[in-house]
Amino acid sequence: MGLKTPLYDVHVSSGAKIIDFGGWDMPLSYRSQLDEHRAVRRDSGIFDVSHMCVVDLTGARVREFLRYVLANDVAKLTVPGAALYSCMLKPSGGVIDDLIVYFLTDAWFRMVVNAGTRGKDLKWLEEHAAPFGVPVRERKDLAILAVQGPRAREKTAALLSAAHQETALRIARFSGAAIDSWFLARTGYTGEDGFEIMLPAEEAATVWRSLVASGVTAAGLGARDTLRLEAGMNLYGSDMDESRNPLESGLAWTVAFEPKERDFIGRAALEQVRVQGCDEMVGLVLEERGVLRNHQPVFAGPPGQSPGLKIGEITSGTFSPTLNRAIALARVQRGAPARVQVEIRGQPHAARVVKPPFVRNGKALIQ
Amino acid sequence: MSENVPDDLQYTRTHEWIRDLGNGQVEIGITDHAQQALGDLVFVEVPQVGRELKAGEACAVVESVKAASDVYSPVSGSVAARNDALSDKPELLNSDPYGQGWLMRVARGSAPADGPFLKATEYAQFVKEAG
Repeated sequence: MGLKTPLYDVHVSSGAKIIDFGGWDMPLSYRSQLDEHRAVRRDSGIFDVSHMCVVDLTGARVREFLRYVLANDVAKLTVPGAALYSCMLKPSGGVIDDLIVYFLTDAWFRMVVNAGTRGKDLKWLEEHAAPFGVPVRERKDLAILAVQGPRAREKTAALLSAAHQETALRIARFSGAAIDSWFLARTGYTGEDGFEIMLPAEEAATVWRSLVASGVTAAGLGARDTLRLEAGMNLYGSDMDESRNPLESGLAWTVAFEPKERDFIGRAALEQVRVQGCDEMVGLVLEERGVLRNHQPVFAGPPGQSPGLKIGEITSGTFSPTLNRAIALARVQRGAPARVQVEIRGQPHAARVVKPPFVRNGKALIQ
Repeated sequence: MSENVPDDLQYTRTHEWIRDLGNGQVEIGITDHAQQALGDLVFVEVPQVGRELKAGEACAVVESVKAASDVYSPVSGSVAARNDALSDKPELLNSDPYGQGWLMRVARGSAPADGPFLKATEYAQFVKEAG
């Protein structure tokens, strides 16, 4: 018996296949995972992501604290509601977690961290926040619903009063706004437009049912994973962890080395990695039939010839419902050839190296 | 979810079904329970015609979005036919596991009889207890 979100009973009564995810009993899929995936790409889907951990950080020095504890720079957040994706690093540069932080007021930021890393994240935050006089408060009273897809925003806004609808639909990409008891953010993990709604746990089931009644497809963690991988987004624990730094995880764009004088945890180690060089994250598209999976080895030899040197391995692989072929993220030595071989059940298979994302806003970006 | 276990087939504990075609060949596939557990199938690899199989040998692979799974030949014999339609339409395994989703036909030849296999009622009970 794992932890349960406020929507657990709704999932079970909807016929969800329940799996353990980081200690939580979560819906893997309700009916067909492929149909759930396609519903998000074509119209809208709703995910329960209440297992994720919301943390409020407050105090006069909260911005200063976040500029120290995060690899991205919250100084970029100037408009209330604005969001930033960042890694939280060990001094070694290893990734403790990846997260989204929202700027609410000068004395209040909100962070959403992964469920599986909750304990160590809270401990790390508390330890480093104390000297800044920043209290760390987990918001267990909140549920999170992700409503994603080209029609997700209009369907979500339809639940609100006319005045609030206007506010909701004006929210800029990658930012949020407080609307009554909700915090509504235009963020997500699918590569589609949409909202993530943080709301009081006791309201979650009603909102869920209303959205499903308006034609939003209930979608589980299975579809969430294929959607995020098509969108080229990393999954903590698969694509990076404490033994890997952001520069070798396709996340260099989230590390703010400027301004030079900002000291953040992990900076010194990353400066060294930058000089020495490291592996890199690439996308792979399988040119043959089959499915790419995590940990399959990647070889530099041209397809059809000897596999040659092993240059890395797949960190996330799956079948892409949009491209109708297998795709993957792989960590490989820098300078990989344009075509490589992936070993699947002992047999070499031809794959093409591409730059993620594979799909955005319903459109394939890879031929 | 309700699962279909036709009475006229035999079953294995690894979730294959066996249909005696009466001409020395058996048709083999995966059960409704197996396809439901795997979810949407996206890739199927079946053995070449002519390949000699030993009972219990991993001879085919079915992959869903989330996982790859081996299929074990319930019988010894030679592959007489394989369902090539599955290469373009692996979803046939989901929609019609006992019909259009068949995997292969094996000619048992003079190989000693394999089994015993589970009857429909026994397999249904096995799945219930394992569930």
